[in-house]
Amino acid sequence: MISANLSAIFYLVSGVLFILALRGLSSPETSRQGNLFGILGMIIAITVTFLSIGNFSTGFIFVLIFVLVGGSIGAFIAYRIPMTAMPELVAGFHSLVGLAAVFVAISAFLNPQAFNLGTPGNIKLGSLIEMSIGAAVGAITFSGSVIAFFKLQGIMSGSPIIFKGQHPLNAIILISIVVLIYLLCSTQSSNLFWILLACSFLIGFLLIIPIGGADMPVVISMLNSYSGWAAAGIGFTLENTALIITGALVGSSGAILSYIMCKGMNRSFFNVILGGFGATEDAKDNSTKEQRPVKSGNADDAAFLMKNASSVIIVPGYGMAVAQAQHALREMVDTLKKNDIKVSYAIHPVAGRMPGHMNVLLAEANVPYDEVFELEEINNDFANADVAFVIGANDVTNPVAKTDPQSPIFGMPILDVEKCKSVLFVKRSLSPGYAGIDNDLFYKENTLMLFADAKKMTEDITKNLQI
Amino acid sequence: MEIDPLIFRLSIFILSIFVGYYVVWSVTPSLHTPLMSVTNAISSVIIVGAIIAGLSANSDSVFNVSSIFGFLAVALAAINIFGGFLVTQRMLAMYKKKKKDKQ
Repeated sequence: MISANLSAIFYLVSGVLFILALRGLSSPETSRQGNLFGILGMIIAITVTFLSIGNFSTGFIFVLIFVLVGGSIGAFIAYRIPMTAMPELVAGFHSLVGLAAVFVAISAFLNPQAFNLGTPGNIKLGSLIEMSIGAAVGAITFSGSVIAFFKLQGIMSGSPIIFKGQHPLNAIILISIVVLIYLLCSTQSSNLFWILLACSFLIGFLLIIPIGGADMPVVISMLNSYSGWAAAGIGFTLENTALIITGALVGSSGAILSYIMCKGMNRSFFNVILGGFGATEDAKDNSTKEQRPVKSGNADDAAFLMKNASSVIIVPGYGMAVAQAQHALREMVDTLKKNDIKVSYAIHPVAGRMPGHMNVLLAEANVPYDEVFELEEINNDFANADVAFVIGANDVTNPVAKTDPQSPIFGMPILDVEKCKSVLFVKRSLSPGYAGIDNDLFYKENTLMLFADAKKMTEDITKNLQI
Repeated sequence: MEIDPLIFRLSIFILSIFVGYYVVWSVTPSLHTPLMSVTNAISSVIIVGAIIAGLSANSDSVFNVSSIFGFLAVALAAINIFGGFLVTQRMLAMYKKKKKDKQ
């Protein structure tokens, strides 16, 4: 048994270690050390909790058993998960944090003595407010993340689900959550607590269903943020510094990532949250559009173009992840490098389904991270490059974003692929991208369309390069 | 008049938001996915609440409704802690610099 003051100091230490864990991520070299700081912080927090309760009876054994069971499941998932499934994994993990917050809040509500919060039906007002906010945010995080997980997994369609009166309904539920928290705090009624939880689960579900697949980077970041605020709410209830610090860190981290993702799409946060983007409006002008000629080629043509280039820029997108083409791509690049061709990769902020998704996939395929560049770093180089190889990306290269104020993606920062001497565009068909708009790049004089599966095409090009 | 301890916690909270703000802006964009998985892992420090809840039952019976919720939360948080840190470790191990002898 250690004193409350001593354990508070240890919780502070673990909070600081968590800050260092995030600080480490400022560069890949320091990041591994940062992760160790995070693990150390977690070990300190858990050990101190056991010591400060000082109860090493049967309950302690059961806690250890549950830690081991959960830990083995987590470790198993962590080692088995393919890197292309990271967005699903992160969404799934968010839902667990949310649910854990809900369970802790329920437990504290039913047995407040254990947490020094008063007695059932007579919980300290401040604690009850913090607890109910933590529980509500946790429940929203849980159901929202489950929906995000289903959409990313393909269990649920990625297209937005919209119905009449959606926004008023959401508004009513949100208002009733606030009212319920107020009533709960004034009456301490356990029925209100359960209704509050039910409403929060429902609103999490309703908030995420209208958001489309390509907006998932924003949704995942937002849920990341929510899971932090839920943890902070519980931290206030438990008067635990480690939880409060962590909750604040995670909350602001997710908020910043959402902001970066929204900026990458030139859309406001509310525009994304209200959802329904790309679902309805574009069916009408497809008919009026004349058929424009495109040049299409095969792997042989592509290999010829690249062999005669002196620099090539690769533009990967979500399609590369779907086709699992990252390893084939790396092999192609290796062959190019053997021919003394300079190769770099250009990553758009919203490429893929979560922030940094493409970077992880390329790292998995052993692409050195100093060959991979962000939009601002590389955008001026397209004008000097010979070939741009677009694999699985579409909307992020569409010049319409700069030229047509009527376009839904107008103002979105794009990769200036069209400035390249020639563009190779790997795509299954001419179908428009997620935003539902035609890509002008397909019809440019210097664009060669390669209609094929990304992985298959890349492998064929490599074969042709090696001849 | 004494200051309510809540104010101190609120101060820690607000200052931590600012720390988080500056620290996260300095994270390189190529590491945004590991950032998400590691924030996931550290937010599972909520396990401290789950442990308190799990040990809350009185000595003659280990299980009551409140402690069962605690045990479940312990398991959920443990999935996240192990899964989050290990998958982050796995990802970070893949980020390599160009070998010097190459090219």
